[in-house]
Amino acid sequence: MTTVSLMDFIAARDLDEALEAKANDPSSEFLAGGTDLMVEVNLAHHRPPSVISLRRVDELRDMPSNRIGAGMTWAELERGSHVGLAQAARTVGSPQIRATGTIGGNIATASPAGDGLPWIAAANASIAVRSKPRGERLIPWDDFFTGVKRTALEPDEIVTSVVVPDDIPSAQAFAKVGARNAMVISTVSCLVMRGDDGFRIALGSVAPTPIRMPRAEQLLNAERSPSEESLREVARIVSEDVSPITDHRSTEAYRRHAAGVLAMRLVERCLP
Amino acid sequence: MTTKQETGIRGGIGTSALRPDGEPKVTGNFAYASDLTAPDMLWGATRRSPFAHARLVSIDVEPALAIDGVRAVLTQDDVPGEPLFGQEDQDQPVFCDGVARYWGEPVAVVAAEDEETARLAAEAIRVEWEELPPLVDPEVALDEGEIFRDMEIRRGDSTVAGEVIVEGFYETATQDQAPLGPEAGIAIPDGEGGIDLYATTQWIHVDHRQIVACLDIEPGQIRCHPAGIGGAFGAREDISLHIHVALLSLTTGRPVKMVYDRSESFVGHVKRHPSKLWCRHEADTGGRLVKVTTKLILDGGAYAHTSRAVLANGAFFTVGPYRCDNVFVEAAAVRTNNPPAGAMRGFGAVQTCFAYEMQMERLADALGMDPLELRRKNALEAGDPMSTSGQIIEGSLPSLRVLEAIEAIPLPDDNTDADPRLLPGGTGLTTPPSSVVRGVGYALGLKNLAFSEGFDDFSEARVILTPAGVEVHTAAIEVGQGLITVCQQIARTVLGTEKVAVMWDDTSSIGSAGSTSASRQTQMTGGAVHAASVGLRDAILLAHDADELRADGAYRTGALVASLDDICADGPVAHHVTFRHPETEQPDEYGQGDVHAGFVVAAHRAVVEVDPDLGLVRVVRVDTAQDVGRALNPQAIVGQLEGGIMQGMGFAVMERLVIEDGIIKNPTFTDYLIPTFMDAPAVETRIVEEGDHWGPFGAKGIGESPTISSTPAIVAAIRRATGRDITRVPVLPEDIVGI
Amino acid sequence: MKIRFNLNGDERDVEIVGPESLLSLLRRDLDLPGTKDACEQGECGSCTVQLDGDVVCSCLVMAADAQGSTVITIEGLGTEDDLHPVQQAMLDKGAVQCGFCTPGIVVAGANLLEENPHPNELEIREALSGNICRCTGYGAILRAFTELAEQGE
Repeated sequence: MTTVSLMDFIAARDLDEALEAKANDPSSEFLAGGTDLMVEVNLAHHRPPSVISLRRVDELRDMPSNRIGAGMTWAELERGSHVGLAQAARTVGSPQIRATGTIGGNIATASPAGDGLPWIAAANASIAVRSKPRGERLIPWDDFFTGVKRTALEPDEIVTSVVVPDDIPSAQAFAKVGARNAMVISTVSCLVMRGDDGFRIALGSVAPTPIRMPRAEQLLNAERSPSEESLREVARIVSEDVSPITDHRSTEAYRRHAAGVLAMRLVERCLP
Repeated sequence: MTTKQETGIRGGIGTSALRPDGEPKVTGNFAYASDLTAPDMLWGATRRSPFAHARLVSIDVEPALAIDGVRAVLTQDDVPGEPLFGQEDQDQPVFCDGVARYWGEPVAVVAAEDEETARLAAEAIRVEWEELPPLVDPEVALDEGEIFRDMEIRRGDSTVAGEVIVEGFYETATQDQAPLGPEAGIAIPDGEGGIDLYATTQWIHVDHRQIVACLDIEPGQIRCHPAGIGGAFGAREDISLHIHVALLSLTTGRPVKMVYDRSESFVGHVKRHPSKLWCRHEADTGGRLVKVTTKLILDGGAYAHTSRAVLANGAFFTVGPYRCDNVFVEAAAVRTNNPPAGAMRGFGAVQTCFAYEMQMERLADALGMDPLELRRKNALEAGDPMSTSGQIIEGSLPSLRVLEAIEAIPLPDDNTDADPRLLPGGTGLTTPPSSVVRGVGYALGLKNLAFSEGFDDFSEARVILTPAGVEVHTAAIEVGQGLITVCQQIARTVLGTEKVAVMWDDTSSIGSAGSTSASRQTQMTGGAVHAASVGLRDAILLAHDADELRADGAYRTGALVASLDDICADGPVAHHVTFRHPETEQPDEYGQGDVHAGFVVAAHRAVVEVDPDLGLVRVVRVDTAQDVGRALNPQAIVGQLEGGIMQGMGFAVMERLVIEDGIIKNPTFTDYLIPTFMDAPAVETRIVEEGDHWGPFGAKGIGESPTISSTPAIVAAIRRATGRDITRVPVLPEDIVGI
Repeated sequence: MKIRFNLNGDERDVEIVGPESLLSLLRRDLDLPGTKDACEQGECGSCTVQLDGDVVCSCLVMAADAQGSTVITIEGLGTEDDLHPVQQAMLDKGAVQCGFCTPGIVVAGANLLEENPHPNELEIREALSGNICRCTGYGAILRAFTELAEQGE
């Protein structure tokens, strides 16, 4: 019999129960897919004194059509109607990871390489969060992600959904560069959308948070249909405007270059 | 392929007999070392150095001992016998002896009532360090004389010159064996001051020798048993937790189990030597190799392990399967504060094959010659002198047949399917079909078989006939490669019965079978089993004046003259053999001599598709033609060829330990990437049979060949697709893009 | 705390003390060591079990969270006397070498065939992309599943 430290475990049956528990003990940790927390438990020997499981909270999944529930798994999103998000979902981890990992976890963890985050940025989405005392508030994505694994989430709040604006374009394309073809953390990822208001270019793994490329978007949106030269200029601007680092996965120079190539290719892919 | 069974026995040689341990493995019942438990068991944990180089100023184990449930805390002061261990040279202290020489070097171990307590206690030990600058540059290490071994090879005339010259500098990164099963072991006291050890290993007798020395006990007091192992590929050739867990058990008087988690496993076993090679290949305008000059440096890391042997394997294989009468090599294995290097499938011949095959590719281009034609022109065959050592190649070496076989495999059709899983980048959707360029590359690789340089290489086997069937006894370690099956097949064929069981004996029951490495077990342990079976059969036939042995007894001219019960009237009948291969010798001061026991050759061809703008590669297919001597189990051979190709492919395009200032930056499966199902190329295999001069039925060992020339074939294909001269592996996207 | 869940067809009541994973519970407390612990990070698939009909990494499931669920491990798929077709196919095709990845592959593969009895090669590869094998190079495993897909169990 393992003698690990005692732990409070609450299998929340609804959102209210989860929020109540979190308000009573802000240090307690939410557990959804387990893809982050359990790695900490297994390898870093993290021993959370209190855990709130969200697996049975249907309110994090059943949503009006303009929202994506935080409890939606990648496997479900892969079959969903948001094309770019479905493409991103397919690249997350492995079938095992996709069966339990959730978009809410991706958002709350806020890794710069989070596969779902460029889509959120390109969609101009807001993150809906809720607490027991204050209820719901909506945080625009670029106010929500504040740094590497840092968000605007208060200690007693939970991410409940992604609020998708009505003007979300249907022309969407995603691409992710990784060092192998499955179970890989992205070196660079990109999500492009083309709507009536023009192009949106979002990138991941090239900055502390997901980012948009306003200069490149402006260039594209100034023309009716972009020329070959404009596309190359987009690649060049994107390479300049990202701020990647060199780490054990890749180099700054490669990430800059690849960001530009992906942006250019995805813009082409979204052309009418 | 033309293998016929010697007899009508089901499951004999030449058939793809199913492995006897398959059913436990597919049902989850197979007992790996990490699954074993014992009553009253303690768990062990290890405290390690956080620095690549540091002085151990002080160590205080009291905080650990004070924790409830802790039963022992041991450091170097507690080692009763020899303070140092090592397979070739005994240069590594059981625990840090005042200076930590690599990141992760064990400092102390703890035994406690449960795993969590053991781990907490290990962390609670108070250790004071004085950090020292680490020596991490192998060229600096060479200059400073930090050398495990250096050697020179000089054959022929150094003044000759070729009309066409190609020079290159090559580097190979540190590859990890990354076997799925972790390091694990359990030591169980026998109640009489001795221990039974079940641990992951490739050679129980060499473990036994080192444990006995360090624990200062009688050899008979420790029995090392083979235990279920989740892969090895060289990682288990050297001691990891063996002495630690045995010492904890002796100290506490209770069973102690230790299992490394994945990150600890990365630190806890030896890796493939990273290498640097400077090569100059000189040929005449007709394409004949005139002179090859190589300088090789292997970074052995902090302790010697098997660096001496790996260096020789590298140095003697700097030309490869080619004739050349003027060969000059300077080679050194150096000591640094990098993680210790040791055996990994290919053992030095991988690093050099990458370099010499890239050289051959460039030479072909410089000559305006077809790359296969260049290889054919220079191919080493039986009867030729080995280019480095001058040894005349006995036995078989069908290099030309292997080249012919690989060329005959039809190339795959061009990919017209736009499914992203068939494009570079896969479901990452990075690459439109229009951005794809295809390339094809070839490589030929040479490896020696078994141990060399005069090493007394042998394997013992005992074959016993009982009324219930035949028992084969060996200490040889089955790591998954299928040795256990081959031993069954050999015994079946010789003794005329299907009923053969292979028993894994421990160090007290039988002598050494040698290491499961060096592509040697099929020939050495298979050879021992064959010789023991033949000896047993002949003894029985003689004793009963018979001429044939069948499943139910001895026959004379078709009539049964002695049943199994008759044969075993005085008990089971046994025959024991110590099998040796033809003698090898130590090379002279210039590397000349009959250094090797045998040779094996293989060809690989890779078809890759590259996205040059992103530097992404899809390995479409890797084909191989393999010299096998004799195909004892065709399905098992294909398993080795395909598995080895995958490791060679990993090394070509994704596998490397990122080591900075001696510290491994990616000791997890998140960032040490090995190929998945979505990366795996299709594979076509062809087997070439030409019996070798020793070993059972002429069979050769083929375990390493698949990892040797597969890597350069893939890199050659990338080179041909992109026009980029690639000089290091793994090839990274930035190398292909050129930034 | 106590949890109750269905394990290989049997209702089980188990005492949970801390945040240990389902993998740990299976191997340490429930004497089912068939599910393997090669990485404990969700990066290798050797710990794959079926949880409420999905393949998941049991190292990433907190044991306490298995309350009310149905779990199937390798031990629940077949025995040496009564092999599951996937187990038989893996044996016949030589798709088992060291065997450490085998339980995870059998569990993931059996689940694939339940949901899709006739997968094509790309579907097989993608469905098993979370299961790492270091020994076989995947070829024999693919041949085993290709044959099963043709038979359409």
